[in-house]
Amino acid sequence: MAEKQKTMEQAGRPAKNGTGGAALALEVKNLSIAFGGLKAVDGFHIQIEKEQLYGLIGPNGAGKTTVFNLLTGVYRPDTGRILLDGDNITGRRTIEINQAGIARTFQNIRLFKELSVLDNVKAGLHNHCRYSTAEGIFRLPAYFKAEKAMDERAMELLKVFDLDQECNYKASNLPYGKQRKLEIARAMATDPKLLLLDEPTAGMNPNETAELMETIRFVREHFHMTILLIEHDMKLVSGICERLTVLNFGQVLTEGETSEVLNDRRVITAYLGE
Amino acid sequence: MSFLSYFISGVSLGAVYAIIALGYTMVYGIARMLNFAHGDVIMVGGFAIFTVVSTMGLPPLLGILAGIVVCTVLGVAIERVAYRPLRGASSLAVLITAIGVSYLLQNVALLIFGSNSRQFTSVVTLPNLVLADGKLTISSITIVTIVTCLVIMVALTAFINKTKIGQAMLAVSEDRGAASLMGIDVNKTIAVTFAIGSALAAVAGALLCSAYPSLTPYTGSMPGIKAFTAAVFGGIGSIPGALIGGIVLGVIENLSKAYISSQLSDAIVFAVLILVLLVRPTGILGRQIPEKV
Amino acid sequence: MTKKKIRRQNAVTYGIVILFWAVVQLMDRTGNLSSLFKGLLVPLCMYAILAVSLNLTVGVLGELSLGHAGFMCLGAFSGAFFTKCMDAAIPSVGLRFFLALILGAAVAGFFGFLIGIPVLRLKGDYLAIVTLAFGEIIKNLLNVLYVGRDSSGFHFSIKDTLSLGMDETGEVIIKGAQGITGTPRAATFTIGILLLLLTLFIVLNLMDSRTGRAIMAIRDNRIAAESIGIPVTRYKLTAFSISAALAGAAGVLYAHSLSTLQATSNNFGYNKSILILVFVVLGGLGNMRGSIIAAVLLTALPELLRGLNDYRMLIYAVVLIVMTIFNSSPRAIEMRSVWMEKLRRRGQGKKEAA
Repeated sequence: MAEKQKTMEQAGRPAKNGTGGAALALEVKNLSIAFGGLKAVDGFHIQIEKEQLYGLIGPNGAGKTTVFNLLTGVYRPDTGRILLDGDNITGRRTIEINQAGIARTFQNIRLFKELSVLDNVKAGLHNHCRYSTAEGIFRLPAYFKAEKAMDERAMELLKVFDLDQECNYKASNLPYGKQRKLEIARAMATDPKLLLLDEPTAGMNPNETAELMETIRFVREHFHMTILLIEHDMKLVSGICERLTVLNFGQVLTEGETSEVLNDRRVITAYLGE
Repeated sequence: MSFLSYFISGVSLGAVYAIIALGYTMVYGIARMLNFAHGDVIMVGGFAIFTVVSTMGLPPLLGILAGIVVCTVLGVAIERVAYRPLRGASSLAVLITAIGVSYLLQNVALLIFGSNSRQFTSVVTLPNLVLADGKLTISSITIVTIVTCLVIMVALTAFINKTKIGQAMLAVSEDRGAASLMGIDVNKTIAVTFAIGSALAAVAGALLCSAYPSLTPYTGSMPGIKAFTAAVFGGIGSIPGALIGGIVLGVIENLSKAYISSQLSDAIVFAVLILVLLVRPTGILGRQIPEKV
Repeated sequence: MTKKKIRRQNAVTYGIVILFWAVVQLMDRTGNLSSLFKGLLVPLCMYAILAVSLNLTVGVLGELSLGHAGFMCLGAFSGAFFTKCMDAAIPSVGLRFFLALILGAAVAGFFGFLIGIPVLRLKGDYLAIVTLAFGEIIKNLLNVLYVGRDSSGFHFSIKDTLSLGMDETGEVIIKGAQGITGTPRAATFTIGILLLLLTLFIVLNLMDSRTGRAIMAIRDNRIAAESIGIPVTRYKLTAFSISAALAGAAGVLYAHSLSTLQATSNNFGYNKSILILVFVVLGGLGNMRGSIIAAVLLTALPELLRGLNDYRMLIYAVVLIVMTIFNSSPRAIEMRSVWMEKLRRRGQGKKEAA
């Protein structure tokens, strides 16, 4: 166990001290988008502190994934501002937003199916260990140096997610629960400031869910990561999230401490109906 | 006047492309496959008509009928033997099989009829239309082609919207899985689509060979590609798109042959296609389906 | 697959090519090589290079291109043009050929890049038809292109030789549909094999590198690739341009194996692109060794069947259909796995009995 801890610290980013709990990792104001007249997200706002584990919940079709797509630049918002660590990233492209520090997973798993587990993570390291195409083709020293660094870094990450045994499997051959973990590992490889998880436990059995809950908590602690997650499993939400925002019909219904929000009448009504 | 005459013959050529494009577009819409052999079915139709009319000396109408029967049977047979086993396989594999079928048809025709071109007797025996005191002559085949094309378009649209099997075709093209859950026989629907497309190919063959009377085993290949281009141009999967794409393509081809360069006409047609697709990535009437994240 | 395994697989692929070269050399020395087969050797290399390079676009990048012959055509003409122009300046045929190869690859790669910028936004069958269209345009334009040189420099025309307007020292280099004549036939089997090895080296090393990983990530899931910061357009262009450049080099090889180079439908039409695609698909997407084997077998097959004369292309077509169905049909795949299972069980049974 002690050894595992050590590798994790190496793999993680150095903790950011100083500003403490008050600094905002993500601040979103008045975010809206409409698709052909339908307001999918309307005036969304959120404030997430550094190293917070934040939950975004709401009934099906409330616009949760659309919020993620807006945050990651898949859609361009009609109105609103998105500040990541104080930087305005509104309207940037997906690639730039990842480089600015947001990484995500997807509701329907999107792995690089034909690549090995290791290569999936190495693809995530793309912008962190660089060498040119020509250096790669002609096997110049930069290739060997960067590949070695990538292999080491990727294996460290895989160990954290308990995937190191399967590093040479084809990604599509992993069992479902491990595929979800690999997606998180790949996102973590891009060294983000903020991690977005879109229904990380969807389709998992209770055992897998419990295990993943541990992993998420673990990631937060050891990488000092800020995490925003969409989830339907209330047990998971109440177990690990510190704060929640509830979305209903594209609008923020309420926000606050997890226990408060989950006992709010309006939230119960939104989920269960009148 | 000469412009008008080039234009009209362009429309006529385009009408042939449109009829062929229907075959591509329907098959693509329903089976999601690029039937590369479609052009060669036209050639088979041409040879069937040639055999009945020129070799056996029977009336042209009987020839066309024979052509339609041969092509329909052929189209259904190709679908059954070569394409159906690949249902659910990658679209590339289906494409390669279609290419194989195309080679097969060409080479069977080569064995039977040889590589020398045959003189095709026009199936249209009506007199030409002379307008404006002889300044403008429109050949009868031109008129017949345009009229036939319009009739086919109207009939096909009615068939798809009004009949049960037509509705089944729409359903299968929308969502094959859901259609089969609703009790639609997907295999039968696809077979019917191939039958219709191939019958149309026979008609196209008759019209094409009447207008351009030299017939070889490779006759169908280039018009096939052009018609496919027309289908993409108009928005593949769309019947009015095939009509618009075909006519536009035919007119551009004929006008550039007349006024720019006959050697460059194909290049011009393809350049226009590229321009259209760059502005509208799914063709003029094609639907854009964004990928869901 | 582990790194070691990939390297071992790659070594086997290089080995097969070298072995093929050695066997042919041996047969040639001992006089066992028919003249028919001798004539096939350079085309075999050419098709293998074309198949490997197209596999980079179709198998590794995952985009369907039907315009590969167009890039080959560009390479062939620019390479032959260079060789013709430089015959006074560079007397060594070998050096000229070498430079022509580089130039041809560069020209084709550059056009691949230019065409790729607008075109790679399209998807699937739309991309296929647009690349086909580009290939046809290139072929058609080269068919009407006249280029001559006289004391005052180069002259161009798309009409005829006369409108080049050259003085009496003028020499027509590209003569419209008649193409380029009198290119030295410098392409040999050994050069072809070397070029094939170089192509393999480039493509296999590319696949096993940061760039290759990015390209395959885009193929497997574009949206996920963007989400981890991989610039999709740039890597699509990289793969497409390299693929085009290698096709261009194959074209130069081809141009230097003929005395007359013409841009006909047979040489550079869409049917040629399709033929190359057939090699790629039957050899296996992303499988370079398969591409080479398919290219060699399917090029040699119709020639070896020449005795059957009229039936050879017919057999070829049937082989193509049957092989594809056997390879890809869901039912055939299921049947194969059942057989494999039976075989395995029988093997185990025997072991236990022993």
